[in-house]
Amino acid sequence: MVQADLNIILPEILLSLFAMLALLGAVYGRKDGIATSLIWVTAALFIIAAFSVMRSANGTEVAFNGMFINDGFARFAKAVVLFSAAAVLIISPDYLRERKILKFEYPLLITLSVVGMMMMISAGDLMLLYMGLELQSLCLYVIAAMRRDSLKSTEAGLKYFVLGALSSGLLLYGASLTYGYAGTTSFSGILDAALQDQDDVGLLLGLVMILAGLAFKVSAVPFHMWTPDVYEGAPTPVTAFFATAPKVAAMALFARVMHDAYGGIVDDWQQIVALISLLSMYLGAIAAIGQTNIKRLMAYSSIAHMGYALMGLAAGTALGIEALLTYMTVYVVMNIGTFAFILTMQRDGQPVTDISLLNMLSRSEPGKALAMLVLLFSLAGVPPTLGFFAKWGVWNAAIDADLVWLVLASAIASAIGAYYYLRIVYLMYFGEEPQEALVCQSSPVLSGVLIVSSFAMIVGMVNLFGIEGAAEAAAATLVR
Amino acid sequence: MIGLQHYLTVAAILFVIGIFGLFLNRKNVIILLMSIELMLLSVNINLVAFSSFAGDLVGQVFTLFVLTVAAAEAAIGLAILVSFFRNRGTIAVEDVNLMKG
Repeated sequence: MVQADLNIILPEILLSLFAMLALLGAVYGRKDGIATSLIWVTAALFIIAAFSVMRSANGTEVAFNGMFINDGFARFAKAVVLFSAAAVLIISPDYLRERKILKFEYPLLITLSVVGMMMMISAGDLMLLYMGLELQSLCLYVIAAMRRDSLKSTEAGLKYFVLGALSSGLLLYGASLTYGYAGTTSFSGILDAALQDQDDVGLLLGLVMILAGLAFKVSAVPFHMWTPDVYEGAPTPVTAFFATAPKVAAMALFARVMHDAYGGIVDDWQQIVALISLLSMYLGAIAAIGQTNIKRLMAYSSIAHMGYALMGLAAGTALGIEALLTYMTVYVVMNIGTFAFILTMQRDGQPVTDISLLNMLSRSEPGKALAMLVLLFSLAGVPPTLGFFAKWGVWNAAIDADLVWLVLASAIASAIGAYYYLRIVYLMYFGEEPQEALVCQSSPVLSGVLIVSSFAMIVGMVNLFGIEGAAEAAAATLVR
Repeated sequence: MIGLQHYLTVAAILFVIGIFGLFLNRKNVIILLMSIELMLLSVNINLVAFSSFAGDLVGQVFTLFVLTVAAAEAAIGLAILVSFFRNRGTIAVEDVNLMKG
């Protein structure tokens, strides 16, 4: 029995073993000297793990008495998490080396947080949910404060830590109430208990507090306040990581908890999720307008995108989960491309993040400006790009679930949001004459990632690279 | 006779004190860490009380996990706080304000 269980969690075991052994090897070996090669090895391992996760057995496998669930949904989300973590690792070394913060702990902390994310995605029990979430968060707190001599970076780490711990506390209190009133911590047990006793105050209070904790992790309004500060303060490659893999994992966990544990009482949480989604879309769209720092702008942009993704969850149907997964995949590709561009922005050898420096970029860097134009159109959801089809998917799911008001409101929000994306495009092509030109770092890796992701935004409209079919199959295993 | 609701009340009071400590405290970041600890411990009281009254061991196992994670969390929090102090020279909450959110 144990053997079969261990086989199911093999990718997680191997990744954590790798992290621990590499940590030992690096401490007793050449320390930061091997950091670059360690980053490439870790990225390669992530890609191998992603393929082995995707190719592993079909159907739903359950390990440790229902604690760990490896179904199609988990496999899809894990593959997205692993690929995005690998992409972030690939784009980081140049930036970190120039800032002299290329430490061997960086890829290993990312590996451990990815293991935490895989546990979150596969959680079938409140205990595993909590352990996965904490493993992920504790690593993220540390890498946010990785630049130890920078006030901004340590302040970001401190803020992230305090607010993250608060959210874990809320989630845990909800978990304890749920345990008390349902009498079990397993999702299937909670599902039965919630169906039997629909109006139990203890269970509902537990549900609301778990929702609040999860909303915090996906940075949805009203629990978004940490996002801009942490994005701005953390080193840019770390910000790129924060914007991608943890968001996918948290969103997958959100969907998992809502459907596996509370799938019987969709009416009870549908309104809350719809409201959170609406508020996130509007706050993200409006607060981003006045930003001058592109990392802060991306923070508000990610808050808005989480709002659209939550719309898929609010639908409460398999179609909604399919749209959610598609949306998150597209979101990750767009964000990695955009952050690859932000990583190239520098002046006098220093990284810069001022949006005003992008004035007339099309003259000095026509190729990069064009790639950025495509990505920004996609982030805004302008029709021929992939970003539009992702939004179309969630709108479709929400209309299917009779949430027409939400769709109309989100269409207005995305029109408001388009303003700040298109303003950057305007600056790049028709802006003022720059006083000091931005010098883009010419790194083949960064340019490659930027070009590939912007191409994907255009080429993807043919068939979305088959993501939709895979997401549909994945959603069917979660919502029954 | 002390019943389940007494334990739950104590835990709820501790939890609320923890949350208020996080939001109302303007003086010292260490107090934030103490408030976080208070919240996690109130959850432990909840879990153990439920577990003991329901005769089900899962809650106590959960408590052990929470305790372990809380220790790791405090260690990481203090480490981040130390490196923040080295840069800023103070740990007053109102001085954690370089970036405005």
